[in-house]
Amino acid sequence: MEEVKLFGYWVSPFCRSVEIALKIKGIQYEYIEEDLTNKSPQLLQYNPVYKKIPVLLHNGKPIAESMVILEYIDETWKNNPILPKDPFEKARARFWANFVDQKCFPALWKTIWSTSEQYEQNKAEALERLKVLENELGGKRFFGGDSIGMVDIVANFIGFSFRTIQEALKLDVFTEDNFPKLWEWAENFVNCSPVKKCLPPQDKLIANFPPAYMGKTLVSSFQSRLQLPPPGGC
Amino acid sequence: MGEEDRVILHGMWASTYVKRVELALKIKGIPFEYVEEDLSNKSALLLKYNPVQKKVPVLVHNGKPICESLVILEYIDETWPSHGLQLLPKDPYERARVRFWAAYIQQLLESMAKLFNPDHKEAQEKALEEMYEKQRILEEGMREFFPEESPNVHPEKLGILDIMIVSTLGAFRAQEEVLGVKTLDPEKNPLLFSWVEALIQLPVVKEIIPPFEKLVSLLQFIKQNGIRF
Repeated sequence: MEEVKLFGYWVSPFCRSVEIALKIKGIQYEYIEEDLTNKSPQLLQYNPVYKKIPVLLHNGKPIAESMVILEYIDETWKNNPILPKDPFEKARARFWANFVDQKCFPALWKTIWSTSEQYEQNKAEALERLKVLENELGGKRFFGGDSIGMVDIVANFIGFSFRTIQEALKLDVFTEDNFPKLWEWAENFVNCSPVKKCLPPQDKLIANFPPAYMGKTLVSSFQSRLQLPPPGGC
Repeated sequence: MGEEDRVILHGMWASTYVKRVELALKIKGIPFEYVEEDLSNKSALLLKYNPVQKKVPVLVHNGKPICESLVILEYIDETWPSHGLQLLPKDPYERARVRFWAAYIQQLLESMAKLFNPDHKEAQEKALEEMYEKQRILEEGMREFFPEESPNVHPEKLGILDIMIVSTLGAFRAQEEVLGVKTLDPEKNPLLFSWVEALIQLPVVKEIIPPFEKLVSLLQFIKQNGIRF
């Protein structure tokens, strides 16, 4: 009897990555929503190093760090692979997953938390990163080819939540005009069945990123209310 | 692999990231050509092979480039599975543990790099504290891997964590020479210290460790001029 549990947080794209992978593979799991202001003893026990979500628990054994969890899921449940079989293609996928995780996500995240003075500079950096991604996507439907793979999964924030938050805050970073291929990718991505089941509720996202925020210096109090990491620290 | 396997590593003599790949190739006995890059004047080939990051190491296998040291290590292990040792364990859970700690050691490296930024004293002290704290957590974590006092370092049984440890901490004496503080304290971190000492004695590691004086000069230069790694 397989016992799979996921400790997560509703807005975290790192948790969404793990959930999407579990859904792709049809794995039954119990989802446990953590209150990040009051972390459960289990979370602290299972991830003593970082004390963060996501943590996957498989038959009592904990795995932490979303990228490590994704690889574990792919190696443990062999159906519907999220990584290519060929070592070179696999290496490419890992490279791009790292790029999205370490370069794209922080840059986009920073634009959300920018003051009006910082916005243009942060936007420029985000645009640069998205451009690289747009080039890599090229004519493919998904980064993984015909079906979604690890890179698409790790980019879930770009596909969904960022566009929702961006619209709520009236930002103009990721637009269909600037990134037509990536925009089309996003539309296809959010319509995939495993993804649709995992996305954070749109109204809840919008409610937590009010348009009035831009330009205010309420960063720390807002972040602490939502329990989000500061820009650059995820 | 094929009869005409051509493996080229683009690197820089002092780069920790390059050392990881060099060591992996040597441990697995894979013949390769080495191209030293001048990072102040990057070759057209490097920029072609790694247009996104423009960094070393890049492994070129039969004309196909692979970038990012940890990605390269996994590639090497998967492409030459029967060559010498497996760098990663077979069991998915054990693999996850190794990957988790490899990523953590990478974070430790990033903390150590901060010590070489010519900042004011407060920032230096903060960076030092951060590094010591990460080492403490690493020491505890590694005790799980090695229930006995010290790791059983054996040239026939080297894996990704050995590679990460020696590439990140192996040059600690050169670092201490330049910084004037201990970067690897045998009293605070007896397991890490004895592990590193055992690793740097191995012939395969001695082949790749940069010359002490040359490294000290470079680190001094970096510290004075604040060049980012």
